[in-house]
Amino acid sequence: MSKFKKKKSGDMPAVNTASLPDIVFMLLFFFMVATVMRQNTLMIDNNLPFADQVEKLDKKDLVMYIYAGKPSQNYKQYGTEARIQLNDKLADVKDIAAFIYAERESKREELIPFLTTALKVDSDANMGLIGDIKQELRKVNALKINYTTKKGSVFGR
Amino acid sequence: MAKRAAPEVNAGSMADIAFLLLIFFLVTTTIEVDSGINRKLPPMEESEEDVIIKQKNIFTVLLNGKDQLLVEDELMELKDLRKAAKEFLDNGGDGSCNYCKGRKDPASSDNPDKAIISLKNERETTYKTYIAVQNELVAAYNELRDARAVAQYGQPFTEMEANYKDVNWPGNKERLKEKIDQIKLDYPQKLSEVQ
Repeated sequence: MSKFKKKKSGDMPAVNTASLPDIVFMLLFFFMVATVMRQNTLMIDNNLPFADQVEKLDKKDLVMYIYAGKPSQNYKQYGTEARIQLNDKLADVKDIAAFIYAERESKREELIPFLTTALKVDSDANMGLIGDIKQELRKVNALKINYTTKKGSVFGR
Repeated sequence: MAKRAAPEVNAGSMADIAFLLLIFFLVTTTIEVDSGINRKLPPMEESEEDVIIKQKNIFTVLLNGKDQLLVEDELMELKDLRKAAKEFLDNGGDGSCNYCKGRKDPASSDNPDKAIISLKNERETTYKTYIAVQNELVAAYNELRDARAVAQYGQPFTEMEANYKDVNWPGNKERLKEKIDQIKLDYPQKLSEVQ
């Protein structure tokens, strides 16, 4: 009878965790692939406005970003007026042309007509600045623009 | 000498390392798709000739420095703008537009092809209000196109465009493109901005 007793005395078997690393690795790879590192460190407040008639900007490599807004807390020395940021630096309106040319230079020639300029502008900025930016973009013939917005109702503020 | 089994590497901490990396990527990930209102700026050419446009075919929207809205010389709330723009575009005053459902008011626009919305803003206007107005005007066009597409092809325009962009859509893309272009021709987006 001792044969049967032996079986009864067994404890709860430990859960096998050998496959845990596999599962974690799977998640890890997912996030590694999905990650887009922030390209630019923003030096300005960038609280985008809301709109609901939006279209997606899908080809990320064909987008040039122009940021604008008030310098944020840490960059108070640049004043309180809305400023333009190109790449990692605060810039002036007249720097836009050079920026666009530099961006075009870095792209393949056949892709240049598809370049879009995304304007990421703070909701409290004045239209005067935007008007200047648009005028500058027209001068360098970068006519496709996109006012980047958050998705949401215009009225729900 | 007896063959000894190689000592097994302890892989118990592998999960910890993987977790560490996982948490790093979790924190840095921003799964965001940029979206916004697409616009096309007018080219720089100096205006070669002045095109004469009848006053009744222009729908003027003026935004002043205090973010107030003046539409056709009357103060208007933002929430009424979409309806007013739709009424103007869909008016069909000269009767040449057989799909227009407007009131055929002779004092308003002739047909959607001639109707132009002119948007003017001042330097002090805030960006937020400007985008809201743009959004409402684009919405007016989209709603008219949707209605037209449903009547014509039994499918809203926005859905047709989404299908056209979707690579997995099984239907005939060329036919769809033709339909989209037709709708765009029926209600062309003529939105001009005055500097």
